[in-house]
Amino acid sequence: MARQKLRQKDDKHEHCYIRDGKLALPYQYFAGRVGSRFLIALRDKKQILGVKCEKCNRVFVPPRQRCERCMEDLSDSWVELSDTGELTNYTVVNYEDKHLPRKPPYILAMIKLGGADTPLPHILEGIEPGKVELGMKVKAVFADETTNTILDVDHFEPV
Amino acid sequence: MGKRVAVCAVEQTGFFTNLWQKRFQEMAFDIVEPIIRKTGVTFDMATGIRNIITCSDDVFDARTISDNAMTDAVGAHYRGEEKVTMDGINAIGYGLACVLSGHDDIILIVGHCKESQSESRDMVTNLAFDPFYYRPLGLDFKNVAALQARAYMNKSGVTDEHLAKVVVNSRKNAALNPAANARELLTEEQVLKSPMTCDPIRLLHEYPVSDGAVAMLLVCEERASEFTDKPVWISGFANCMDSYFLGDKDLVGNFSLKKAAERAYRKAGVKNPAEEFDLVEVNDCFAYQTPMWLEGLGLCGEGKGSALIDGGGLKTCNVNKSGGMLAGNPLMIGGLARAAEAVIQLRGEAGDRQVEGAKKALAHGTTGAAGQFHSVLVLDSE
Repeated sequence: MARQKLRQKDDKHEHCYIRDGKLALPYQYFAGRVGSRFLIALRDKKQILGVKCEKCNRVFVPPRQRCERCMEDLSDSWVELSDTGELTNYTVVNYEDKHLPRKPPYILAMIKLGGADTPLPHILEGIEPGKVELGMKVKAVFADETTNTILDVDHFEPV
Repeated sequence: MGKRVAVCAVEQTGFFTNLWQKRFQEMAFDIVEPIIRKTGVTFDMATGIRNIITCSDDVFDARTISDNAMTDAVGAHYRGEEKVTMDGINAIGYGLACVLSGHDDIILIVGHCKESQSESRDMVTNLAFDPFYYRPLGLDFKNVAALQARAYMNKSGVTDEHLAKVVVNSRKNAALNPAANARELLTEEQVLKSPMTCDPIRLLHEYPVSDGAVAMLLVCEERASEFTDKPVWISGFANCMDSYFLGDKDLVGNFSLKKAAERAYRKAGVKNPAEEFDLVEVNDCFAYQTPMWLEGLGLCGEGKGSALIDGGGLKTCNVNKSGGMLAGNPLMIGGLARAAEAVIQLRGEAGDRQVEGAKKALAHGTTGAAGQFHSVLVLDSE
């Protein structure tokens, strides 16, 4: 039950009433046909797929049906990406919040997988934050249980 | 040159970390009422305001179609009303289109946001990301900004010391702005010692949680003098969107900002942005964004953000005399608040922080993660 409270009375704020509420709504998101194929391959085959735009010569991950630049249909241009890649950027998350996947401190990295042109954000574990270096090689560690999201890769760790 | 549109009035609530004692509607009415009183504008359907553009966000307000709750307070019953759910500076572009199309003579703009009402601003911005690939990783506007900050600092040579100077400058300016939220002066040492919340972003590099509202009255050129003897003219406006997925875009290229600036400058006849503006207001949610956006706006050369800070350019170019976003405006109206400051300066009403003889100003807004979308507004007093 929501806590309900009256602010302490003072000269200016007599009878000021504040109600605690919560936005909470069970919801279903369709991943799309392209997204579904990506997520199923990730879950069932532990494969990370990208899509290639032949016109722009660019491999995207996460996948999408159309190239954002030329609108070409990419839904049948799958490319299997390596589960290892190069760390291109990172930050050490040092604050705590309910939407964050780990307790702080943890490392949020950008990883360019072999075969992809766009780096993918993910969690990096198995290394002290002070020792992380741009360009280092990292490898996907798959999760034991599926969530049908990108977290079917649990995290990346140094090769 | 085509027809022109004037900003004939501007009001802001002042910005605070927790305006718990004001409902959204009261915040809005507090600034709409003085616009009516000072300009004499009415809601007469023949001669007054027939259309209102509001700016708010459903998740920040915890209400679906958040503008529906605002209509009586902004005078929108029995007339047109539309909402912008991007940085409220885009309501100015929208209002400009309404007037220049000939559909309206007068547009009232009212933007509001109370970041304090949600338990966490970062949880709100986490919802900006897709539910399969980015949101489960906990991405929010802060940790994504940290990735951009690292990439920008590596490229530009902007250091932790430079960022401390940016924050100190913001606070110096904010101290002279009664509307600003964070007005306490800071030393560089205090900034450098503040906790690293998301490396390389420190606590004092982040804009404070803020509540407040901004309103403006836009009027067609023919009728501007009915409402003010100090109109401020909108001479250029443009925006540009970059890729949604963070990995798709060049994090340090300022692509969308450069495109938006280029188009706004062309329309406004700005040839040399580094020389022409008397003051510049940039929407810097995090300290690294001040030099990065200044580079993108062409106010210093590419990669010269650090040199601009070292050379005292923040002061000489009158960057963020309001204190900027770093001194605290709520996310949804960061750019609208920049535009408000620019209008106040061009009207000569900025008090202790007035830029003497200011005639041309730049106001910038941004929406989305790590500057996905940018808006650029050029304003003139003549």
